[in-house]
Amino acid sequence: MQRQKHLVLILAREFASNLATPTLVADHEGRLVFYNEAAEAVVGRRFAETGEIDIEEWLTPFSPRDEDSMPLTPEHRPTRIALDERRAAHSRYRVTSADGLEREIEVTAFPLFAHADEFVGIVAIFWRT
Amino acid sequence: MPARLTIWGCRGSVATPGPETVTYGGNTSCVEVALADGAVLVLDAGTGIRPLGIELLARGARRIHLLLTHLHLDHLEGLRFFAPLWDERVTLDVWGPRSPVLSLRDRILRSFQPPLFPIDFRDVPARVTFHDVPREPWTLEGVSVAAALVLHPGPTVGFRVETGTASVAYLPDHEPALAGIGDRPPDWISGGMLALDADLLLHDAQYFEDEYAARIGWGHSSVRHAVAFSRAVGARQLVLFHHEPNHSDQVLERLEDHARALVGEDAPAPAPALARERMVFELP
Repeated sequence: MQRQKHLVLILAREFASNLATPTLVADHEGRLVFYNEAAEAVVGRRFAETGEIDIEEWLTPFSPRDEDSMPLTPEHRPTRIALDERRAAHSRYRVTSADGLEREIEVTAFPLFAHADEFVGIVAIFWRT
Repeated sequence: MPARLTIWGCRGSVATPGPETVTYGGNTSCVEVALADGAVLVLDAGTGIRPLGIELLARGARRIHLLLTHLHLDHLEGLRFFAPLWDERVTLDVWGPRSPVLSLRDRILRSFQPPLFPIDFRDVPARVTFHDVPREPWTLEGVSVAAALVLHPGPTVGFRVETGTASVAYLPDHEPALAGIGDRPPDWISGGMLALDADLLLHDAQYFEDEYAARIGWGHSSVRHAVAFSRAVGARQLVLFHHEPNHSDQVLERLEDHARALVGEDAPAPAPALARERMVFELP
């Protein structure tokens, strides 16, 4: 039987689905469980086509790299920091979006705690600069 | 394990005694699940728990589990008048949602002190233990119980009770429409997996649609949303629960007619039904 998604994730999804800013939601294991229509436009794929996948697997095709064009290792990505260290993180980096263009973006990721000892996932917001 | 479910209170928000509510009752939320071996699960402690308590002592019940969906007054106000609480032979385990601030015990004990009540909880003779509901399903007296946070203001859970041969979902205060119902798989609907394929679903249906429109975010459902939720989770029988205090028996019957019209004639039987006090369901 499928597990009930935590209410906090359900609310985060509803929040994200009403935003015009590209936003994704991942669960406590780092599985991408939702990204909104604004993110779909950047990714070039609908969430329904992607399904629930590992967030790093989802990010890899965009070749995240720093301002010197060096690959950005996962531990330096805000999403990974929010997942592993369970703290908010923000950084600016470059990606290649689905249309093949190089873009500079800023990413804010923060953890979701239902209780102090109950980490349920993260939200990441992608700001186009 | 066979069990018997009895509704002792199904009124929402505040008790509403009077001639307009005699058919469906004016007591606030309380449901009993009596197990074959004499153990009892009680869902919520609205004013319906007072007559239940008298009945339980008459039956000689000594082991009682009280499962609280949340601590709004209409789900807690009967506890102080629950006769087994005042009997030293009774063991009462109280289960409820966790809060990030105060323990379940501390939150409940607020209602056992002046100016709300003259007797301190230290003077309660029953052996009472408080438990946060576990995050995973657990077993009580041989039946499986699951709880999950659901959409309602403040920490609120819904419950699923499985006897092994029958399943009951209890979501008396619930506004799933705030985060979507129809276009989501059940695991993405608030309370969806609790109610999935339930034999019996007791669900909030406090409002007609026009009433709901003026009360969005108050934590309750329109009858249309209750029917949509029931359909989305594939519940076999929907029982309309948490009746609006301003709805007389006559008005409630119009609400039931409306629910049946929403379901349609080709839907599998039985049709949605209004909860009423002393309504009994045998769980095989």
